[in-house]
Amino acid sequence: MATKAFQKIYTKITQITKATCSLRAANVGNEELATVDGNLAQVVKIIGDEVTLQVFGGTEGLRTNAEVVFMGKAPSLNVGDQLIGRFFNAFGDPIDGGPVPEGKEVEIGGPSVNPVRRKQPSELIATGIAGIDLNNTLVSGQKIPFFADPDQPYNQVMANVALRAQTDKIILGGMGLTNDDYLYFKNVFSNAGVLDHIISFVNTTEDPPVERLLIPDMALTAAEYFAVEKNEKVLVLLTDMTLYADALSIVSNRMDQIPSKDSMPGSLYSDLAKIYEKAVQFPDGGSITIIAVTTLSGGDITHAIPDNTGYITEGQLFLRRDTDVGKVIVDPFRSLSRLKQLVIGKKTREDHPQLMNAAVRLFADAANAKTKLENGFDLSDYDERCLDFAKEYSAQILAIDVNIDTTEMLDTTWKILAGHFRVEELNIRQDLVNKYMPKVS
Amino acid sequence: MSTKGIVKGIISNLVIVQVDGPVSQNEICYILHKEARLMAEVIKVVGQQAYVQVFESTRGLKVGFEVEFSNHMLEVQLGPGLLSRNLDGLQNDLDKMQGIFLSRGEYTSPLDEKQLWEFQPLAKAGDKVQAADWLGETKENFQAHKIMVPFVLEGSYTVKSIVPQGSYTVKETIAVLLDDSGNEIPVTMVQRWPVKKALKAYKEKPRPFRLLETGVRIIDIANPIVEGGTGFIPGPFGTGKTVLQHAISKQAEADIVIMAACGERANEVVEIFTEFPRLEDPHTGRKLTERTIIVANTSNMPVAAREASVYTAMTIAEYYRSMGLKVLLMADSTSRWAQALREMSNRLEELPGQDAFPMDLSAIISSFYGRAGYVILNNGQTGSITFIGTVSPAGGNLKEPVTEGTKKAARCFFALEQIRADRKRYPAINPIDSYSKYIEYPEFEAYIAENLSDEWIPTVNEMKTLLQRGKEVQEQINILGDDGVPLDYHITYWKSEVIDFVILQQDAFDKVDALCPIERQQYMLKKVMGITRLNFEFDNFTEVMDYFKRVIHVLRQMNYSEFQSEPFRELETELEAVLKERVTQ
Repeated sequence: MATKAFQKIYTKITQITKATCSLRAANVGNEELATVDGNLAQVVKIIGDEVTLQVFGGTEGLRTNAEVVFMGKAPSLNVGDQLIGRFFNAFGDPIDGGPVPEGKEVEIGGPSVNPVRRKQPSELIATGIAGIDLNNTLVSGQKIPFFADPDQPYNQVMANVALRAQTDKIILGGMGLTNDDYLYFKNVFSNAGVLDHIISFVNTTEDPPVERLLIPDMALTAAEYFAVEKNEKVLVLLTDMTLYADALSIVSNRMDQIPSKDSMPGSLYSDLAKIYEKAVQFPDGGSITIIAVTTLSGGDITHAIPDNTGYITEGQLFLRRDTDVGKVIVDPFRSLSRLKQLVIGKKTREDHPQLMNAAVRLFADAANAKTKLENGFDLSDYDERCLDFAKEYSAQILAIDVNIDTTEMLDTTWKILAGHFRVEELNIRQDLVNKYMPKVS
Repeated sequence: MSTKGIVKGIISNLVIVQVDGPVSQNEICYILHKEARLMAEVIKVVGQQAYVQVFESTRGLKVGFEVEFSNHMLEVQLGPGLLSRNLDGLQNDLDKMQGIFLSRGEYTSPLDEKQLWEFQPLAKAGDKVQAADWLGETKENFQAHKIMVPFVLEGSYTVKSIVPQGSYTVKETIAVLLDDSGNEIPVTMVQRWPVKKALKAYKEKPRPFRLLETGVRIIDIANPIVEGGTGFIPGPFGTGKTVLQHAISKQAEADIVIMAACGERANEVVEIFTEFPRLEDPHTGRKLTERTIIVANTSNMPVAAREASVYTAMTIAEYYRSMGLKVLLMADSTSRWAQALREMSNRLEELPGQDAFPMDLSAIISSFYGRAGYVILNNGQTGSITFIGTVSPAGGNLKEPVTEGTKKAARCFFALEQIRADRKRYPAINPIDSYSKYIEYPEFEAYIAENLSDEWIPTVNEMKTLLQRGKEVQEQINILGDDGVPLDYHITYWKSEVIDFVILQQDAFDKVDALCPIERQQYMLKKVMGITRLNFEFDNFTEVMDYFKRVIHVLRQMNYSEFQSEPFRELETELEAVLKERVTQ
């Protein structure tokens, strides 16, 4: 980024904190980009002629006479087909050794879609994973995170979902990704031969944390280009949003803002909503679907990050190891897809909603039976049947290694239910039972 | 000459303006950006510096930009043509905006200035009138829309002239009023009112007492809300707040429904946009959109406008109430509104209260809920605003400031519960913790006795006692084991389960079960409570469970069948047969 001749160079920094620096400057716009000794920074506060900059790379070694140049524009990305198949850093600069892409320059973090111009999402995204497709069906235009502990295989499940989903583009936004995970995604996508519809924006653990703040906006600006201009179905993967929120709290802390719950900034909800609400179904067929990861600490979902996320996203997916069958399953109790009502029983078979609920309720009864067992009580015949059902259901439906189509999932569930329960124990509408329940002798 | 100013500082959406004249708190001003005029509101004044919150993105704003002050607070336009509109938090008509994306500085009128309205005078020359008196009426969709003496007029006036019946636009003068000094005041069909001021042009506000039917059994039976009542729905995410709110808004027996989507998901608003034009109002058979106004300020729209949106919605509700209509106002979610207050308070560097919320949060919430209510208008007619807000407690903890502040203000508490939601017992309203204070009002009791039955309230209380007892028994079974308690305990527990499954639970996605009219509720309540009063005989607890599961199964099938239809009656006969097997005298 060459300095232009007429640009003024400031060399008197008056204040330096760990993430910001201040100087006196005139004619500076809010949220404008600047370089501080060549490092990118952004205007976050202006009081009179004192301008405060957030330095993305951190302020280690910053000198008070550093050269500061204002660029007269907000952070932007050159969008175009040349982005396809490429890997970029948080500033949109290539990290794969390729050329800088040309294209239309678009400011990132642009305006919101007018709600009356949205279309109601109605297209199912099939993943083959029954724990998702059957119980927590995904819909294009949806935003949904995995709530997972750091040791769970969420990146693998997410990569699987990305590869199986029928979408035109996949955009990966990696924040604080370990180098190993970055290479994992790169390999999976290359091996599957899908690099021609993947774009990645990656900030690894080796990069400065504050840079992460740009990743979601970069990824979503690219996504908007393909969804709006090309009417394509775009799937955006954001991992890990907890590290994004941590970066937010670092900056707000350095700016002396009063922290709210869990030392997060008071604006956390709005900050996260601005990202997640970019998920949209456009009337012309284009859509942006966001699947994100929010890592939890010790499974605590009351922490401000997962809590605010849960209020914004359209459901959440939980993974859990089921020790009874020795597999990782999609937890049917805590997982939820809010948009599933738009497709289940409509785009899928009519028995889907009631069957799904019945199975989950019986799975809950099995959990109660298990508690009884652990507390040393005798089990009734019903309890025993619930436990047997739960094992089969867990292994054949909930496990993340299942890969079958939705009709097959329904048939399998009926078969398992019929093997253990009587009709009146199911609470399913009679006409559906008559039509779909297999007869067992 | 209005006041002007110059931008002196920018911190996110808080802008500091040096002013050259008088400004008032909450005054609206416009910052002149190169491409647009950005609307902002004064929220603090220090000497010659006004602190304004900008209702738009402040990207690219520079020190030195000019600011124009408007001399008035944030106002809404009130007149015929608001119904069926999709507005944003500042009352802009979203449908009139250009393009897919919201562009900043684009403000569109909520009313159609060209449309002709068939005006019918109600007052005549010489009449003495005061603010909110009805001068005439027009038809808006299918309901009468009163044209009133502007609310801003204080004292009494005389009608000098009024136009004859005919078609007029909202901008044409339809009447001329004279004040005490003989000054002429022309009146059109549209008037303005500042949103943050409560509209109090009514005679009195008595205690509300008339049941507002919602078609949701757990509300109408166990925790009824009344016309002009207030209620709130707190619940962790995923417990069904929005589904419940949508169900109420679709089914409630109200003349006007205003939905304020405040800082919530855009797709939920889209769901309303998509469904309401198709769905019928079960009480009038008209389309739901015809009685609905949507104020949408979704979570990705500017934060300051989010705060304004609930006030905009409330002011529109007050306008329709003044016409003698039953208005239902739903706000989803008031927590987002409180968070918007918090963000601003934080930028103003005010000393924070609990969880960094502003100290006066509880007072702000109370005065907002206080604007709802059942009123007697100056002409003796009645009108009401029933307000139901959702609260999204952080971490599902009901001890947080927004929930606590709301609990002090609202009279009905519909506590959504994670455990019930996990067990798919929807609506996941906890039957024991939730309450409606109206059920204790003698006025309400008298109303129910007259309009439903005098057995209704005793039966509801009996039902609640049994639910409570069922819960206690369940805890004992959990501690002592199935064998450790007498057989009677199992019977009591399962009777409470019958109530839970058949009365409390309701399938919002089933065509038939979603809406349960009050006659049907009465029928089912009588049926179910009748069963719980019977004596049954069993040999062991497994029999109890198996038997009551069958009873529940048949009753649930009844819930899924059209009321009093052939299948419904067949199921009833089947139920009688099942009951005969075990009932003893």
